Amino acid sequence: MALNIDIKEEQKRALEDIKQQGLRVLVCAGTGCVANGSLKVIEKFKELGANVGVLSEYDKMTTVPTGCHGFCEQGVLVVIPDKHVTYVKVKEKDVEEIYESHIKNNKPVERLMYVDPKTHEHVQDDEHINFYAKQTRTALKNCGNINAESIDEAIAVRGYEALANVLKENNPDAVIETIEKSGLRGRGGGGFPTGRKWKFTAANRGGKSYIVCNGDEGDPGAFMDRSVMEGDPHKLLEGMAIAAFAIGADEGYIYVRAEYPLAIKRLRKAIKDAEERNFLGKNIMGSDFSLDIHIKEGAGAFVCGEETALIASIEGERGMPRPKPPFPANKGLFGRPTLINNVETLANVPVIMLNGADWFAKMGTETSKGTKTFALTGDVNNTGLIEVPMGTTLREIVFDIGGGMRDGKKFKAVQIGGPSGGCLTEEHLDIPMDYDNLIKAGAMVGSGGLVVMSDKTCIVEVARFFMNFTQHESCGKCVPCREGTKNMLKILEKIVAGKGTMEDLELLEELAHAVKDGSLCGLGKTAPNPVLSTLKYFRDEYIAHIKDKKCPAGVCTAMKKVVIMEDLCKGCTKCARTCPVGAIDGTVKNPHHINQDKCIKCEACLKNCPFKAIVLE
Amino acid sequence: MTDKKTLFIDGKEVEFTDEPNLLEVIRKAGMNVPTFCYRPDLTSFGACRMCVVEVEGRGIQSSCTMPPEAGLKIHLNTDRTRRIRKTVLELLLANHDRSCLTCDKSGSCELQQYAEEYGIKQIRYPDKADDEYLPVDDSSPSLVRDPNKCILCGACVRACTEFQGHSVLGFANRGSKTVVQPMNGRPLGQVDCVNCGQCAAVCPTGALTIKSDIENVWKEITNPNKKVVVQMAPATRVAIGEMFGLEPGENSIGKMNAALRRIGFDLIFDTNFSADLTIMEEASEFLGRLQSGQNLPLFTSCCPAWIKYIETAHPEMLNHLSTCKSPMSMMSPVLVDLLPKRLEIERENLVVVAIMPCTAKKYECKRDDLMRNGRADTDYVLTTQELGRMIKEAGIDFNSIEPEPNDSPFGEYTGAGTIFGASGGVAEAAVRTAYEFATGETLENVDIKELRGTTNRCRDVELDIKGTKVVVRVVSTLKEAEKSLQEIKNGTAKFHMLEVMACPGGCINGGGQPRSCDNSKIKAERAQGLYKEDSELKLRKSHVNPSIKKLYDEYLEKPNSHKAHEILHTIYKDKLTGSYKDIK
Repeated sequence: MALNIDIKEEQKRALEDIKQQGLRVLVCAGTGCVANGSLKVIEKFKELGANVGVLSEYDKMTTVPTGCHGFCEQGVLVVIPDKHVTYVKVKEKDVEEIYESHIKNNKPVERLMYVDPKTHEHVQDDEHINFYAKQTRTALKNCGNINAESIDEAIAVRGYEALANVLKENNPDAVIETIEKSGLRGRGGGGFPTGRKWKFTAANRGGKSYIVCNGDEGDPGAFMDRSVMEGDPHKLLEGMAIAAFAIGADEGYIYVRAEYPLAIKRLRKAIKDAEERNFLGKNIMGSDFSLDIHIKEGAGAFVCGEETALIASIEGERGMPRPKPPFPANKGLFGRPTLINNVETLANVPVIMLNGADWFAKMGTETSKGTKTFALTGDVNNTGLIEVPMGTTLREIVFDIGGGMRDGKKFKAVQIGGPSGGCLTEEHLDIPMDYDNLIKAGAMVGSGGLVVMSDKTCIVEVARFFMNFTQHESCGKCVPCREGTKNMLKILEKIVAGKGTMEDLELLEELAHAVKDGSLCGLGKTAPNPVLSTLKYFRDEYIAHIKDKKCPAGVCTAMKKVVIMEDLCKGCTKCARTCPVGAIDGTVKNPHHINQDKCIKCEACLKNCPFKAIVLE
Repeated sequence: MTDKKTLFIDGKEVEFTDEPNLLEVIRKAGMNVPTFCYRPDLTSFGACRMCVVEVEGRGIQSSCTMPPEAGLKIHLNTDRTRRIRKTVLELLLANHDRSCLTCDKSGSCELQQYAEEYGIKQIRYPDKADDEYLPVDDSSPSLVRDPNKCILCGACVRACTEFQGHSVLGFANRGSKTVVQPMNGRPLGQVDCVNCGQCAAVCPTGALTIKSDIENVWKEITNPNKKVVVQMAPATRVAIGEMFGLEPGENSIGKMNAALRRIGFDLIFDTNFSADLTIMEEASEFLGRLQSGQNLPLFTSCCPAWIKYIETAHPEMLNHLSTCKSPMSMMSPVLVDLLPKRLEIERENLVVVAIMPCTAKKYECKRDDLMRNGRADTDYVLTTQELGRMIKEAGIDFNSIEPEPNDSPFGEYTGAGTIFGASGGVAEAAVRTAYEFATGETLENVDIKELRGTTNRCRDVELDIKGTKVVVRVVSTLKEAEKSLQEIKNGTAKFHMLEVMACPGGCINGGGQPRSCDNSKIKAERAQGLYKEDSELKLRKSHVNPSIKKLYDEYLEKPNSHKAHEILHTIYKDKLTGSYKDIK
């Protein structure tokens, strides 16, 4: 099909515009950095740049607010690519120094650079920061490198080129074939082969069909979809347009949680800009293909990430899942064939179309191709959003990208895949992480939440935490999920309170299997995973809570006992004076004693004892 | 020719054609799986997980939602499906107000039934905590809602939405705090509930029950100073037998008369009589409107749920409603005006009871517009279910009781009155009389079969009244009625009379009838029972009922007379503004 837009020309023009910008100072304007004050940093740079007279080798400087760089805990992040520098934890007051010293006089500001937790040395740029060094960023490639609100900058980095190619060739089946060959699988958690899903939906071409982008990211701590929507919205729109073309849809919805206001704002602007350029709307780029995209704001129910609940929510119904079959590919939104893909899945589409299926399939493992983003958090030195090839081991993620355990703590486990996932232990550190290996190990990729836990984490408490989450987020429709998670939670609460019995443990396990087998949707079917996997790998810890009434990690308050070791106590009375509830008796120079009935286990005495005579039992 | 395919249920090859789901195929093959949330008349919901089966290659599936496919190998009772069902039952029971002995649904509760069948002897999960108990809502005149007995199967929510298009009930909250509640959490008596009772009819437990007037009626019967008279609606006679093991559709009118006498009612009349009276008035009113061309199409006004719907949702269309009171509410004032003198008692010692297939009648009898001198003409409405219970309490062996005739003169009726109980019956009865009124000729073939049926919820029939083409539309369910109202609004309506019954299939399937989980067959049989009686009666047109003629001669003068208007017609209330609308 002949197009009325030459995307290559547009690209050239956009690149030329970027060149005109002079020295580009990229300041992260993702949600995390904005919370850390990046808008003020941006203002300050702009203010200084406005009266720039003499720059070392540039006649001009441009401050670019970008999407998320992923290393949020180090925000505000300021990257000056031409100077090969990444500054971390930048405050408004630091801007002038960066400007004067580095931008004008080429003298890097060492104190604002990242400090390697192992070597304790300052590291100047991304290539050498361990957090970035082992990553392969494809879906997140442009996040942090371009102005997230500029369609021109998106075009400069080959935005809409893949769409133009696809429309020129005008062969929807070939698009599906490429996606199928690439081995791309759904990044929302299930890992269903994307190409196959497209094929199923395309089989119903002819009438009205919909494309829906699932941006209802709800896993606690996961924010990869938000980063893409905030940092590179045009890639998502392009991915949706290609998918819509392939399956024959002319209308699309992006379902975003209302808690993502920045993502919604940027997506709205991106849609408007794309429509103005005719990259969306009627007869895109002069072709026969048309696509209107709407944004639907979700009200924050976790279950709306489940595709049938999401459909119900868009239709204006209560967000409750519907049984499958019928699958959305046959009967989805408003009863029409519907393709639902996750944000990250769709963000991979333009890259695959540009570089080819083989390029993508080269990355990853036998069954899981390409890269996957993970939200790394917990007891590691570096936390944030990472993207690694499928098959990367946990060890690489925790000890290289994560920079090792924080404060020298001992690695205990990783909770992967959020509330639907499971716990993995030391023995899994070297298995290549992909969809199938994780399922085999009792966890799942899920949306990619990855919480690293040390020996100071109580595994029963972790299971209780996630069960509490799923119980609250259960839609209440099916009995196993609604009542089952409630009773699993009750049993876990009983165990962490030191009141569990071995019969409870048996019942917990029996119930977990029934909930997994019997629930209606993915939320319920996977809700018992944290319990089942911890029971598998940390059964002893459960038993310690039940039989010995002890929490090995020393976390569960009910089982803590603070005691004074008589032989070490000098009778200084400091503890008695510190105790907020008057639970400590004793006279000067005589060993003191804690009244266990009164003690609230706040550990104030323990922290204040000059002789280390107070311990936790 | 239907396309026959087969699948395998526990190794047995079973044929299927157009069954919508596996559960129907399983039932057709003479097997069954338990379910709380599946109701054949409603969309499949897949929530209770009791009907799970194991499908080879597909794992666990809820059979109520999975479409049958040729070659599927299904196993009903595997270790996994049994464990899921038993867990579901145990979990539901743990969270249930288990006051079974005093529960209204005791004996007909499906949770109770399955707990027994599955041998649940022990509940290992903690009981519902005191602070998890919610208040019982008895604000509605028709229904009682006990959220502590709700298992959230959603049948009531779907019934309300899919039958009445009304969505008075809905889900609220999340997780274990999820509840079914009326709009905005308000009491049922304070929302636009039309009192149809279909929610209670589909409720598997005691969460939604009919508000009982049994005790009130017993109190009146046992009071020696009171004369208690009773009338019963057409649809009750073909359903009450089901509570005593008789076949649906079997006409038990004689047994009912006898049983009511044994219970202690003083005079037994029949609402069929006043159905004939209704036709006299409504047929005349219809002809009047056809002549004047005003307030057409005419809406029938027998169904109180429908009246309430118009008053609350479409007060601007009140002028279309027939001003005729319902047969029940025509009978009562006639009794109140004529009986005290005949029985030589004071008005206040006359008690009028109506046996109805309907929960909305409990609301109707309390309507302001039906009050005269500060008192309702109908004192109590008992549903068919309640009467069945009274008969049991009274120790009457319904099956062996000898049929008895009712009392005259308000017990005499024609076939036209009988068929009021099925959707289409009012229209058919009206046409039989209207034709003869308009033409002065005898209508030879009184069977207008196109107006009948229990499955198709909207039917148009064109009739020729001596050269005048009249289109009669019959609908059941308010959701279907709403479509007709929209047609009137946008000017595409082509019908002159609209008969509306809120319950699917009409009064035979009313919210007060004996419960059944799969009622499509039962509905048809009950309707058949009424049409059978009609066909067997000698008099089949309302205006030939001698007692009706006598009533007009002696008391009402003629249809639509001043006197008739005074006691047989009413005015409606615009529930949005609270003002009455008098349609003349």
